Amino acid sequence: MKKILIDEEFCKGCGLCAEACPKKLLKIGRKLNKQGYPLVEIDEAGQEKCISCALCARICPDVAIKVNKSDD
Amino acid sequence: MASNVQTVFQRPSALKEVPTHYCAGCHHGTVHRLVAEAIDQLGAQQQTIGIGSVGCSVLLYDYFDIDVVEAPHGRAPAVATGVKHVHPDSVVFTYQGDGDLAAIGTAEIIHAANRGELITVIFLNNTTYGMTGGQMAPTTLPGQVTTTSPYGRDVTTEGHPIRMAELLAMLGGTGFSARVAVDTPKRAIEAGRTILKAFEMQKKKQGFAFVEVLGACPTNWGMSAIDANARVEKEMMDFFPLGVYKDVTADGESNVFKTV
Repeated sequence: MKKILIDEEFCKGCGLCAEACPKKLLKIGRKLNKQGYPLVEIDEAGQEKCISCALCARICPDVAIKVNKSDD
Repeated sequence: MASNVQTVFQRPSALKEVPTHYCAGCHHGTVHRLVAEAIDQLGAQQQTIGIGSVGCSVLLYDYFDIDVVEAPHGRAPAVATGVKHVHPDSVVFTYQGDGDLAAIGTAEIIHAANRGELITVIFLNNTTYGMTGGQMAPTTLPGQVTTTSPYGRDVTTEGHPIRMAELLAMLGGTGFSARVAVDTPKRAIEAGRTILKAFEMQKKKQGFAFVEVLGACPTNWGMSAIDANARVEKEMMDFFPLGVYKDVTADGESNVFKTV
């Protein structure tokens, strides 16, 4: 399951989420969005390790991150 | 073995599903979200009327899914006064920057607060004029380099930064005045609570409610988003301490405005 869903048209690659993540699972990648901003990324292993604390989403100025958690 | 998926965090419904024009790392977006979340929590999306101001946030009518009136530069509290008197059951807020509120709109904000207008004012202080290219604002810190203070702000000729939250707390009509920041998730959560409180006080007719938010302006400060975010704590908070400067609900004066 994907816990972190990043909207690629909203993300501006500012990197505040990567700073805020207590597990340091987010990083700025090389892929650019339509506006030319580099996108923040999280890999599959990162999705597994994510604790769904949503600190990344709460610091994101562009409300680009949706956070899920699973009950199991 | 199906696992239950719960959403922990998503976009508030009072915020439209569109990307903003703000620069990467600009705190306007965070404050927009907190205001939209407060509107959602009050269940007041249909009753809320926002008053836009002049500055980077001039386009907020594109971002909030509520009714918005655009005010002339600095006059948002005056427009909000009119809107609130005509529609007393609506939730009215202004959203202003420091160039708009603390410079050209100083008269309007002080008198709206002093009259105890039942409006909520959200004030984003980023110590510069963002939209016009980073000129010196009334809130620019001593020594800060801007395009119009290239050798740093000299308080002997250019005056001192204005502390609006403290200044408005002095006025009789003010029910609530606080300063918050959104540079860390914890502070953003606290800022959200404070903004919600300022909206609740309007609904309970507890006086003029003012929230100053310290914001970063990476582009005009000439910094990366990360460095600009760090400057909020490193440089701004010494001069602009966070805190609640007035809260009439805390000391039993909350009935003062009930008769209005």
